[in-house]
Amino acid sequence: MSDKTMTADEVVSRLRSGMTLGIGGWGSRRKPMALVRAVLRSGLTDLTVVSYGGPDVGLLAAAGRIRELVTAFVTLDSIPLEPHYRAARERGAFALREVDEAMFMWGLHAAANRLPFLPVRAGLGSDVMRVNPGLRTVTSPYEDGETFVAMPALRLDAALVHVNRADRSGNGQYLGPDPYFDDLFCAAADTAYLSCERIVDTAELTKAAPPQTLLIKRHTVTGVVEAPNGAHFTSCAPDYGRDEAFQKTYATTPWPEFAARFLAGDEQAYQSAVREGT
Amino acid sequence: MTGATRAEYCVIACAEAWRGDGEVLASPMGLIPSLGARLARLTFAPDLLLTDGEAMLVRPDGTPEGWLPYRQHLALVTGGRRHVMMGASQIDRFGNQNISCIGDWERPRRQLLGVRGAPVNTLNNPTSYWIPRHSRRVFVERVDLVCGVGYDRAAGARYHRVPRVVSDLGVFDFATSDRSMRLASLHPGVTVEQVREATGFELAVPEEVPPTREPTARELRLIREVLDPAGTRAGEVAA
Repeated sequence: MSDKTMTADEVVSRLRSGMTLGIGGWGSRRKPMALVRAVLRSGLTDLTVVSYGGPDVGLLAAAGRIRELVTAFVTLDSIPLEPHYRAARERGAFALREVDEAMFMWGLHAAANRLPFLPVRAGLGSDVMRVNPGLRTVTSPYEDGETFVAMPALRLDAALVHVNRADRSGNGQYLGPDPYFDDLFCAAADTAYLSCERIVDTAELTKAAPPQTLLIKRHTVTGVVEAPNGAHFTSCAPDYGRDEAFQKTYATTPWPEFAARFLAGDEQAYQSAVREGT
Repeated sequence: MTGATRAEYCVIACAEAWRGDGEVLASPMGLIPSLGARLARLTFAPDLLLTDGEAMLVRPDGTPEGWLPYRQHLALVTGGRRHVMMGASQIDRFGNQNISCIGDWERPRRQLLGVRGAPVNTLNNPTSYWIPRHSRRVFVERVDLVCGVGYDRAAGARYHRVPRVVSDLGVFDFATSDRSMRLASLHPGVTVEQVREATGFELAVPEEVPPTREPTARELRLIREVLDPAGTRAGEVAA
């Protein structure tokens, strides 16, 4: 079995500008922030980002790395509106493909199942149809004859996700209450990079946790990164909750100042800057 | 027990949205709808399911009774066994709702949340709305982006239903021949004229408008002593 461990910078060296990048988590919950910070340190740009958006989107938008965003929302949860995302949208910084939460999920399912689309009872009657003129409908071939939106597959060049534990070959384990859609992101992607709080021996994964915590299977994973506190400042239950004080700092500090203070160095410099106080 | 406050009438009006729904998930968004859902569960709608706002189904005292991560929640929506009460940055006379952005979508004047689950909610399970500050900025002639689908755009979609809209002024429904919004009840102390003033479209007003019902002594006690002893409801609706 191959050892897939690598550093966050090695992950980024395998990505290219212009790629379609899926980012796991949900809002300000279990986002692969260490990997996003590595993207910010690189020259990667012109990205199509596919995300149930949180500060991952805010950071990449503020840094001007997004060409197109596919999302149903962007929020910091405890702070409903993501200020850096808002600012970028209001200055027309990138294109948006705004779809419904369920459409987004079925788009990932379609990609993971190698289908061109899946029918979904969502979108019709709403302005999702107006702002996505490329969306098509499909009519049931059975007696009911109902018309659905044919949600196109959200196929990804690469997926970035963060979980609690993983082994060196890419089996990923979540220990919190919600898997979000991280396994789907990995299955919908040509390459997937998994960061985790701690890399452990395979046998240790199921020593104290039930088998259904093994969310991500190694055949969908290209690289594994050990990134302690790697979801910071989003939550990574049960290892840690959201750093609300830091999130507030992020939300209220002008972008150039925030970037200079926290993002000028590497991940270690970031974590020390966080520890030094907010 | 002293007389009910406006916020407490709002809790009652929200709770009433779930009356008779049976064993379905109550999905309240916002503080007062959450108090309403839990009040309904503790009194006249004991079969309702509630969440902790994360991945657990819980009893009113917080005891977990089930697991509902986001992926299952989205599946439950399309199964229809749910009645959601969403917020609205804008809502029009047919119940079209906007929470995405203000101004031109291409380059909004104010970016808000995004469409979230409003399109799937409105085509699959009953969707009610809660508006804590009734004004012409919210009750508009046309919403800037249709997220939640209203009656004029639903084209008879088979599971589409907007049972009620609750604001700090009253309760509204769509029980009119053209399915446009109608004033269903006024919270005590509010006049029809006040509602008309605060509404940016022509509202159907029946000849006799009943008052929003009084809370019972037990309901008031539950709200004040069990559900919201810290009185946070007054922060969402004053007076």
